[in-house]
Amino acid sequence: MSREKLRDKASIKILEARKPEGMETIWDRYEAQQPQCGFGLLGICCRMCNMGPCRIDPFGTGPQKGACGATADTIAARDMTRQTAAGSASHSDHARDLGHTLIAIGKGTAQGYSIRDPYKLRIIAAEFGIKVENKKDNELALELGERALQEFGKQDDSQLTLSKRAPERQQEIWKKLNIYPRGIDREVVETLSRTHEGMDQDYKNLIQSTMRVSLADGWGGSMIATELSDILFGSPKPIRARANLGVLKEDEVNIIIHGHEPTLSDVIVTASQDPELIKLAKEKKAKGITVAGICCTANEILVRRGIPVAGNFLQQELSILTGAVETMVVDIQCISPGIAQAASHFHTKIISTSAKASIPGVEHIDFREDNALDTAKKIIKIAIDNYPSRDKTKVIIPKEAMDLVAGFTAENIFYHLGGKFRASYKPLNENITNGRIRGVAGVVGCDNPRMGSGSSHVALVKELIKNNVLVVQTGCAAIECAKEGLLTPETAIEMAGEGLKEVCKAVGIPPALHLGACVDNSRILIACTEMVKEGGIGKSLDELPVAGAALEWMAEKAMAIGWYFVASGASVVFGTPMRISGSQAVYDYCTKDMENITGGKWAFEEDPIKAAHIMIDHIDKKRKALKLAPMMYTQSYAVSV
Amino acid sequence: METKKIFCDITKCVGCRACELACAIEHSATKDLFLAILESPRPKKRINTQFIEKDVFHSVACQHCDDPPCVEACMASCIHKDKETGKVDIDSKRCVACWMCIMACPFAAISRKAAAESKALKCDLCPERECPACVDSCPTRALYFEARKDWAKRKENKQLVNK
Repeated sequence: MSREKLRDKASIKILEARKPEGMETIWDRYEAQQPQCGFGLLGICCRMCNMGPCRIDPFGTGPQKGACGATADTIAARDMTRQTAAGSASHSDHARDLGHTLIAIGKGTAQGYSIRDPYKLRIIAAEFGIKVENKKDNELALELGERALQEFGKQDDSQLTLSKRAPERQQEIWKKLNIYPRGIDREVVETLSRTHEGMDQDYKNLIQSTMRVSLADGWGGSMIATELSDILFGSPKPIRARANLGVLKEDEVNIIIHGHEPTLSDVIVTASQDPELIKLAKEKKAKGITVAGICCTANEILVRRGIPVAGNFLQQELSILTGAVETMVVDIQCISPGIAQAASHFHTKIISTSAKASIPGVEHIDFREDNALDTAKKIIKIAIDNYPSRDKTKVIIPKEAMDLVAGFTAENIFYHLGGKFRASYKPLNENITNGRIRGVAGVVGCDNPRMGSGSSHVALVKELIKNNVLVVQTGCAAIECAKEGLLTPETAIEMAGEGLKEVCKAVGIPPALHLGACVDNSRILIACTEMVKEGGIGKSLDELPVAGAALEWMAEKAMAIGWYFVASGASVVFGTPMRISGSQAVYDYCTKDMENITGGKWAFEEDPIKAAHIMIDHIDKKRKALKLAPMMYTQSYAVSV
Repeated sequence: METKKIFCDITKCVGCRACELACAIEHSATKDLFLAILESPRPKKRINTQFIEKDVFHSVACQHCDDPPCVEACMASCIHKDKETGKVDIDSKRCVACWMCIMACPFAAISRKAAAESKALKCDLCPERECPACVDSCPTRALYFEARKDWAKRKENKQLVNK
């Protein structure tokens, strides 16, 4: 049973309560899909052309080649490359929308938006080679928006602007391997072309394309999305909030925003504070309006505005099954079709807002920059009008809601480490050098019923901080750990090992830091680059004592993220393998040979404790290579190298 | 008691070969897809997806025939039909690898084990399971594990759609 590993109490309560009523959820549908197709799981089913689908017999008795002659190596690599391109495209298209919003502000056609971080606007504009002197914010917004969009359609062979932030050694490796990202759209298009029937067939060359398209995401699309979001909606600062289904209110109009883009969620938050709308809500006998987020859109408004988080990916249906949600507003990515089915049991109205993501049987209200605030108000009014239809006898809101601190960034983290007047990464690097902190680990990604339904992240982070590894988090993994109290100093510091505990207490940070949404994994790249710049713990990303994990990865976006970290020299652990196990050559190339190519590598391990040990072993290996001091205190998982 | 056998509803079989994979995994040492493909020798399937004509497929394994030609053909007498259950079994220890059974089987349901271990191989109805792995794995529920009379009744009543 996939549900057995689910640990989140709020989710379990809802599932238990709704079980007798026969309401179906993602776990039921996942179970009904078992056993899943072995050819698909191993990545040896090729659907690229109409001679297929062709399958390779993994047991060796049946066909070993597709109709065209493609081997398991070609098929597995080709499919993985395409999936990575889809992931890259998703993040980057999200960034493109933000570019358009910035331009709309510049032209004065946007409604409800402003430049909330003019300081960063100037820094980023200058980085893109724009002259910032004597220019108004609006002029710069227009110029930067247009300049940022040029990165998508760039046709020359120079590398993307923000990829120049990477340490020199990484850029050298990329040049040598010819994987430096050129144009964001170009890399996606080239990957699609290279994976067409009868094109690239050598798995090594295909993986070269995989790395390139993923770098166009990490140091391109995702990074642009993060930077432009900071400019538009404000750079996050550490902020307290609450997370889990308990943030929904029994006597208020509950609006859930689900999806990924901050453009929609931010303006809805603004509109929800409109006194007239609050008055209207009170006329309908509600005490107020509660806005809560799900998935990465939750992270976007959490880190910037402290808006409560209702839950992560697996809780989207469960939030509706509370019976207490008037409206769920969705934009793009990770919107399960299951929400429309869940909503049919209650009064909940789902509203889709993106022309790129339409859901059958769901009301669509097109969301555009030029009438954003009006649209947001219209949506909130729909929610308020729907409040009287709520059947109070059917409402079940679990009490669980945990405090958390979010809003750390690559820029502000060094204030916390070094203090306002001597802000630098020095304290972090020093504490790694002297053996208080063992290293840094990114624990990110989705939550997936195939693995722990979120619980793997919690077990992994606990094991890492116990062993003095400072953890940085994004996405649904961050939300899961927030729900378990791992993101608040009060509860989490005590779970940390001695050395990490000392540092966290001195600085006043939790041992697991929330860095934002899944596009904000780019913040981890920047933070690692800053660690390299500070010096003492490696001259390039692949020398740093760091590791990453997305154990419960689900989306293709996670593959793009994983690959841009591996291509940037990091070690990345996924719970279940990407669909390459059917080709031993591709599997070995990713998990073994890669280390001699980019310095990064893949590992696949479902057990969170074993995964933690893989990450710690990697960190220890890097510590040894750097000749760092032995760990200051006894480690619960002993240093083995 | 009449033994249960594996039947295939050809109106539902889509030829996906899920049964073949499930069979090989079940007859592996690790019983795990990702590990089974790494075993040496690699486990072998005992069920075959056959293509009858356009859009008509058929998953077929040993039929445990009433009068099995393989039993007749086996010169080492290692294949026998259990009088009580009707199940046809191979006693691998006695198999001399003459392959007469393969020649005799009208359903092509018998094959050879990996070269290192030269023995005849066929469906054993998954003795460790309540229901054979192929039947459990079928995504369209085209495979049935039941007594012949129940299958006949199902066919007669055309109850082939709902299991």
